[in-house]
Amino acid sequence: MEKKELLRVDGLSISFRQYTRGLHQRDLPVIKDLSLTVRAGEMTAVAGSSGSGKSLLAHGILGILPYNASVSGKIYYEGKELDDPLRSRIVGTEMVLVPQSVSYLDPLMKVGEQVRNGKKSPSAIERCRSLLKRYGLGKEVEDQYPFELSGGMTRRVLISTALMEMPKLVIADEPTPGLHLSAAKRVLGHFREIADQGAGVLLITHDLELALEVADRVAVFYAGTTVEEMPADHFKEEKLLLHPYSQALYRAMPEHGFSALPGVQPYVTERGPGCVFADRCPCAEEECKKAEIPVAETAGGWVKCLRKELL
Amino acid sequence: MKQKTIQIFLTGTLRVILLIFGVSAAAFFLLAISPIDPLQSNVGQAALGAMSPEQIEKLRAYWGTDIPMIQRYFTWAWDFIRGEMGVSLLYRRPVGEILRERAAGSLGMMALAWLLSGGIGFLLGILAGAKRGKWQDKLVTSYSLLTASTPAFFLALLLLMVFSVWLKALPVGFAVPIGVEASQVRLSDRIVHAILPAAALSLTGISNIALHTREKMIEVLESDYMLFARARGEDTGSIIRRHCLRNIAFPAVTLQFASISEIFGGSVLVEQVFSYPGLGQAAVNAGLGSDVPLLLGITVVSAVIVFCGNALANLLYEVLDPRIKRGNGV
Repeated sequence: MEKKELLRVDGLSISFRQYTRGLHQRDLPVIKDLSLTVRAGEMTAVAGSSGSGKSLLAHGILGILPYNASVSGKIYYEGKELDDPLRSRIVGTEMVLVPQSVSYLDPLMKVGEQVRNGKKSPSAIERCRSLLKRYGLGKEVEDQYPFELSGGMTRRVLISTALMEMPKLVIADEPTPGLHLSAAKRVLGHFREIADQGAGVLLITHDLELALEVADRVAVFYAGTTVEEMPADHFKEEKLLLHPYSQALYRAMPEHGFSALPGVQPYVTERGPGCVFADRCPCAEEECKKAEIPVAETAGGWVKCLRKELL
Repeated sequence: MKQKTIQIFLTGTLRVILLIFGVSAAAFFLLAISPIDPLQSNVGQAALGAMSPEQIEKLRAYWGTDIPMIQRYFTWAWDFIRGEMGVSLLYRRPVGEILRERAAGSLGMMALAWLLSGGIGFLLGILAGAKRGKWQDKLVTSYSLLTASTPAFFLALLLLMVFSVWLKALPVGFAVPIGVEASQVRLSDRIVHAILPAAALSLTGISNIALHTREKMIEVLESDYMLFARARGEDTGSIIRRHCLRNIAFPAVTLQFASISEIFGGSVLVEQVFSYPGLGQAAVNAGLGSDVPLLLGITVVSAVIVFCGNALANLLYEVLDPRIKRGNGV
């Protein structure tokens, strides 16, 4: 049985208003026409290279973008459109963020107080303690300041902050950089556990290989958009992958030949009207560069590609 | 930990001794080579002209102006070490006594100015930082830049004109009412007389702390932890109370303690404008009258107070900021 859809992002675009010379403004798009879904009890990984605007996706969903950002497209949470009133009701309680680094903790506040988010009730203290314990952190950590934590401890503290409120949707923004392999796997294991207990997890990461080990679904992120979304086990066989970029990612993995595709990702500003990948695609045709690429339903997901013969 | 405390104390003491030595020597030699002739300025041009050369010579010997500079300095220093600050040439009274009397008036006024500038500056800084780019910010920033580039004595003159001359709301000068017996002076009289000098001092002092707090506030507001606080659904009030104040207060407190020197420097001019009988005015009189013992006394006392302010700023950081406290293992 298909699990209940928790979050659906439909054609999300984020751009920043920028002053170029004098009073001339321009809009600098960073995310354009991005779509993905997260189901309850499942983990969806958004995988794409570093510095391509993936964190802004998280900020866009949570509504914490800077004032000069503008957002278009639709976000649905449990089938309802995620507008500001709904957001203010669920952000921080039902929908939580696990940020990427220690800089997201207040440097002058003790860990325990930050995990509890200011709550002082005995039950909150109890919950905080048991959460830290669950992640192998002792009582003394509550009394420490963020600068006294190691990288791995920080990650576990950040996860604890997210679970204080029993969330339904956890958005994890790059939770693994700076950790060695076994620590990174352990952290991802924690997120898997959260999903297994019924919450939806949106994992934003640059590490496709690690993500494939834990995620149920993968949304492939390229140049500010997602080109394909499919079950994670499609990555076991190249022929199950439909988009040429997904295939290129597959072939770039060490165990599948380690072959790099020539060229670089275009900036979102340089994008033409057609397929984002057209310039580097081995099977691109004239048509690909001209028209908007429609979304095609596939077995278990969707793809934005014109190669009909594959569908 | 105990060893470290002792170490801090010892280095502090050594520093203050060196500071007193340096400052007093500099003040002494500057005064000694200044063109002001102590005889002429204290006895008076006319009286000096009427004296015979022998009389002048005698007077010179009595005042000790014929002794070489270096020798004079060390005579003063030796007396000072023994707790003897000498007799003021101008007032003909022991320097220690004058210092006590002057400090009583001055320190209260300066403390008032210090508290006002710190408190108001901090609040204005938070407001400007929180409303960055809005009219509130522009107002605070332009006020700060304007007063930062306005000399304190000019501002003092303006205040004097507006509040004392035009509005006649506050006294023109002095620390107590004119024509009232010393025993009849009430505390409220003293406070009323201290308002304008304190205001002149604090109005310029605000700019420094306001601009620094604004900068820090902006930094905090743009920080990742602020973003995370919003992502956890904290409202603005809670964010300011729990995250902003804490992170802004430490630098502000440090800055304010370090700014004692500026208040002190400003008081010299402001007291002059208001004829306020404090340390600053005494310093000006002593300098212009070549009153070496008094000037050195005032110099040393102010140096020690400013030193204490700076030392306290350092110490507070160690005590308040967990990153330094725990990082140093204190």
